[in-house]
Amino acid sequence: MNFGPQHPAAHGVLRLVLELNGEVIERADPHIGLLHRATEKLAEQKTFLQSVPYMDRLDYMSMMCNEHAYVMAIEKLLNIDVPLRAQYIRVMFDEITRILNHLLWLGAHGLDVGAMTIFLYCFREREDLMDCYEAVSGARLHAAYYRPGGVYRDLPERMPQYAVSKFRDQKKADKLNANREGSLLDFIEDFTARFPQKVDEYETLLTDNRIWKQRTVSIGVVSPERAIALGFTGPMLRGSGVAWDLRKKQPYAAYNRVDFDIPVGVTGDCYDRYLVRIEEMRQSNRIVRQCVDWLRGNPGPVMSDNHKVAPSSRVAMKANMEELIHHFKLFTEGMHVPAGEVYSAVEAPKGEFGIYLVSDGANKPYRLKIRAPAFAHLSAMDEMVRGHMIADLVAIIGTQDIVFGEVDR
Amino acid sequence: MTARLLKLEEQVRSIAGDRIKHFETAFGQLTAVVAPDDLRQVMTLLRDSAGLRFAQLVDLCGVDYRDYASTGRDEQRYAVVYHLLSIEHNERLRIRAFCADDDFPIVDSVVDIWPSANWFEREAFDLFGIMFNGHPDLRRLLTDYGFVGHPFRKDFPVSGNVEMRYDPEQKRVVYQPVTIEPREIVHALFATNNMATLSEPLAPVNKEWPVNEECQRRIDLCTRQTVT
Repeated sequence: MNFGPQHPAAHGVLRLVLELNGEVIERADPHIGLLHRATEKLAEQKTFLQSVPYMDRLDYMSMMCNEHAYVMAIEKLLNIDVPLRAQYIRVMFDEITRILNHLLWLGAHGLDVGAMTIFLYCFREREDLMDCYEAVSGARLHAAYYRPGGVYRDLPERMPQYAVSKFRDQKKADKLNANREGSLLDFIEDFTARFPQKVDEYETLLTDNRIWKQRTVSIGVVSPERAIALGFTGPMLRGSGVAWDLRKKQPYAAYNRVDFDIPVGVTGDCYDRYLVRIEEMRQSNRIVRQCVDWLRGNPGPVMSDNHKVAPSSRVAMKANMEELIHHFKLFTEGMHVPAGEVYSAVEAPKGEFGIYLVSDGANKPYRLKIRAPAFAHLSAMDEMVRGHMIADLVAIIGTQDIVFGEVDR
Repeated sequence: MTARLLKLEEQVRSIAGDRIKHFETAFGQLTAVVAPDDLRQVMTLLRDSAGLRFAQLVDLCGVDYRDYASTGRDEQRYAVVYHLLSIEHNERLRIRAFCADDDFPIVDSVVDIWPSANWFEREAFDLFGIMFNGHPDLRRLLTDYGFVGHPFRKDFPVSGNVEMRYDPEQKRVVYQPVTIEPREIVHALFATNNMATLSEPLAPVNKEWPVNEECQRRIDLCTRQTVT
């Protein structure tokens, strides 16, 4: 039987060719590539800086984490230091991104399995976090906020507010603006204060829900050894009980300066992976809160002062000939990255997102390979669904948290 | 960092012996270059030896070194690069195997060592045309059904060779040769003595640009105003 590529439960353009015996799946053959855009080839034609926005479009649910892996690869090759404040901002936005991703996953997974309300709840909180994205970068999704050498600009002093319009009267606007009076950090702090109760709300809907448990408990069980062999990373690996998290084991940015715990599952089924992701949201909230406290007390630069890599300020650029030349060279010719090869990985919400970058010393990458976590997860689809019913297939697609932007690249 | 890599290098050397052609250490990462004939043996040893336990194949990709600019390179054109991860010992290792024949690049498959290699090898076959000896199901993965060529090879144009459009007469989608001209927005430049030099001369622009009448009218208007 053919499933997809246009199916609401396929989470994008997944086409599955299923061999069935009645309603029991005997073999599943995923056909991917319907969203293949050859990002890696396109990146070979562009300067290093021009490829940053492509990274947003890979896993379009965890945009800044993808950028993080890419800029880290370039920074390793260039051997430049990133200011500590920029590292904290990156950690904060990585964790905001993780919450964003897990909220969408929870909503969509719930919808697949038959829970409608959770979707609406999750999107309510996503809205606030996307406003944070918008406040720092001007874009709600495709931010291009991380740059080699730091982040594009410092956090804004004022949180953008809602205006009165045809659809929104003064009273409603005032209500929406109540927690947007201060800076972005005030807004995020307010969010971290109320978010744990919201997670409790999601849990009242699902965790002890009989239908939810019937649909997820002992579905898609993966043993820890098998999960490692199949290339699982992130919550898929931790759901099987392997305590592996790059943020702890191979810390990058400022992750060794913040305090958090790693949740692991026991049985490795869909329900355990659900519990792991719920707990990850709480832990991310903790990290965001610590970053807010640190960022309040420690102003400073957010971009490297090496002007061959990072642009100088507008004022300096207009006043100083050398800065003007640097600016012009950086945005036309681009930066020259020393020859060599490097692999840099981050713990993206879905798992290990890696960038393998080969440079030959030119202003463009020689080869860029994107290691997408969902690619490895989807390749194990056949093994995970064998012997399950068609309805369980939908739960397994949901639990794998696949996004076709990064599977197809 | 370096001491740790030296220790890892020593361990790999003691286990795999002279099957490793040479090691490269750069940017805090260790690379071992292996001949394709020894690949499967080395990989099995790396996975099973108690001191290493590279139980996870994180990534596998093909690389086409045709235009690689580093001087004095005499190796083959295609390489397969493996990224291994040892969860037990928290180590990473990169393995590179150059395919012996440039016209028919082939290496042994590692699917039975790490099942995660399955799709990665299909992808490398699809995009680079590298064959994997012993792969159970080496089909194309990412490109279209019936696609011709291997698009990530350096001699494959970015615009592709064919484009697709709907033919209203035949009432179906047809393929035709691409109609767009190749263009390069930024040329590849190499830094020498802090100065950029062109690797190839810029193509002379001898094309007659079509003049938009409205644009021309506005330009005329502006210049006239500045003159008077």
